[in-house]
Amino acid sequence: MSVYQSEDPLLQVHNVTRYYGDRIGCSDVSFDLWPGEVLAIVGESGSGKTTLLNCLSTRLAPTAGAIEYRMRDGAMRNLYQLSEAERRLLMRTDWGFVHQNAADGLRMNVSAGANVGERLMAVGDRHYGKIREKADDWLGRVEIASDRIDDDPRSFSGGMRQRLQIARNLVTHPRLVFMDEPTGGLDVSVQARLLDLLRRLVADLGLSVIIVTHDLAVARLLSHRIMVMRHGNVIEAGLTDQVLDDPREPYTQLLVSSILQV
Amino acid sequence: MPVRLYLNNVGKSFTMHLQGGMVIPVVSNVEFSVASGECVVLGGPSGAGKSSILKMIYGNYRCDEGQILVTAGDEIINVATAEPRQMLSLRDRTIGYVSQFLRTIPRVSAEDVVAEPLIAQGTSETEGLETARSLLARLNVPERLWKLPPATFSGGEQQRVNIARGFIAHYPVLLLDEPTASLDAANRAVVIRLVEEKKAQGVAMVGILHDQDVRDEIANRIIDVTSFAADAAA
Repeated sequence: MSVYQSEDPLLQVHNVTRYYGDRIGCSDVSFDLWPGEVLAIVGESGSGKTTLLNCLSTRLAPTAGAIEYRMRDGAMRNLYQLSEAERRLLMRTDWGFVHQNAADGLRMNVSAGANVGERLMAVGDRHYGKIREKADDWLGRVEIASDRIDDDPRSFSGGMRQRLQIARNLVTHPRLVFMDEPTGGLDVSVQARLLDLLRRLVADLGLSVIIVTHDLAVARLLSHRIMVMRHGNVIEAGLTDQVLDDPREPYTQLLVSSILQV
Repeated sequence: MPVRLYLNNVGKSFTMHLQGGMVIPVVSNVEFSVASGECVVLGGPSGAGKSSILKMIYGNYRCDEGQILVTAGDEIINVATAEPRQMLSLRDRTIGYVSQFLRTIPRVSAEDVVAEPLIAQGTSETEGLETARSLLARLNVPERLWKLPPATFSGGEQQRVNIARGFIAHYPVLLLDEPTASLDAANRAVVIRLVEEKKAQGVAMVGILHDQDVRDEIANRIIDVTSFAADAAA
């Protein structure tokens, strides 16, 4: 987990605010994200974490504020000033988005292989044999057996679907991956396997990740840094183990003390 | 010998918001330095703040007052004000922490757990694993366990895996949080030898050691933490 080599941030977020009418979704959020860094956004339901994630990933335009991203050519670009075509290309190639519900991130009526291959075709791969070979390789990396490549994800278990969604996202070697409760709704044993897989892939590929989770154990295992949100505001942020071992804000202390010990 | 670590006027208290904002003072005016090749042991009864001092140096606990200066290469970094990225870099290259308790990660084998910090410092995987196995052997962890994830190991075996992980890499500053607690005599002797080897390599160490025999063997100096009691300074 070497996150300090690069001097330049990958993403710079300035005062991002999103209102829903009069209601605050998230308010005045600023931070930088560096290459290889995993940032967890934690907080209870309704705290604004998903609103923030959607603003960052250009799925929901902020009411105010700016988000700059370092493109592959090294230039910082304001995400909301990109053309629609540039933005789509970014989302299909340089970014990934892992949804809590795998069905939202997969095409359920095409095969597992096609789900992975589709992103490759989007970046210009045309050779069927090579696409299939790469898809097969990625299924292996997320521990899905080769003989399931032609099955469609409807026949997969929840954990397998989630792993397939991860393969689909990572096949184009993105630099930034957004994750929205990637382990939510899975059995504990399935969660553990998925977490271990994510941890390895993130470290091996040097990915930057912004992960929304309400599970502090997930945040501790995967993230370098943590932001605690409440009522749309970031109330505490810092090194993950420092925030969890020495929480300062009343709400963070409540969150940490609410974990059941087993 | 050059100073590697210097705590200057360090103070810490906890505010317990769930208990009506009760403030628990821990330590204040902590001042000491540790030189290369030296092992300083923190003494004092439990609750005196020894662990809090160690955790502030490693950055798990925030340092409310004062400075914690660490020499990292040709830089001096103040842990009390370091950015998270600087802290992560320090933990990869400069400050190691040997604790009693292993935070196991599902499905990662004992030898991989041990080798990880060395590989993170740039050693090849093959060499990292070789070093890991030799350390596990020295600490009498049975060979049949090396390829298994430590989650199912006994408490003592997990502790020895964690000690191996703590000692494997090259950190100029090493923090020892009761590494010998509940070890048998043979393994205690191994830990004492590991500490001596680190001293010879010029590592600066700060330790908490309740075991009197071990303490006598490895401590160059003992610092009485009760002299930093927060209420004593008030």
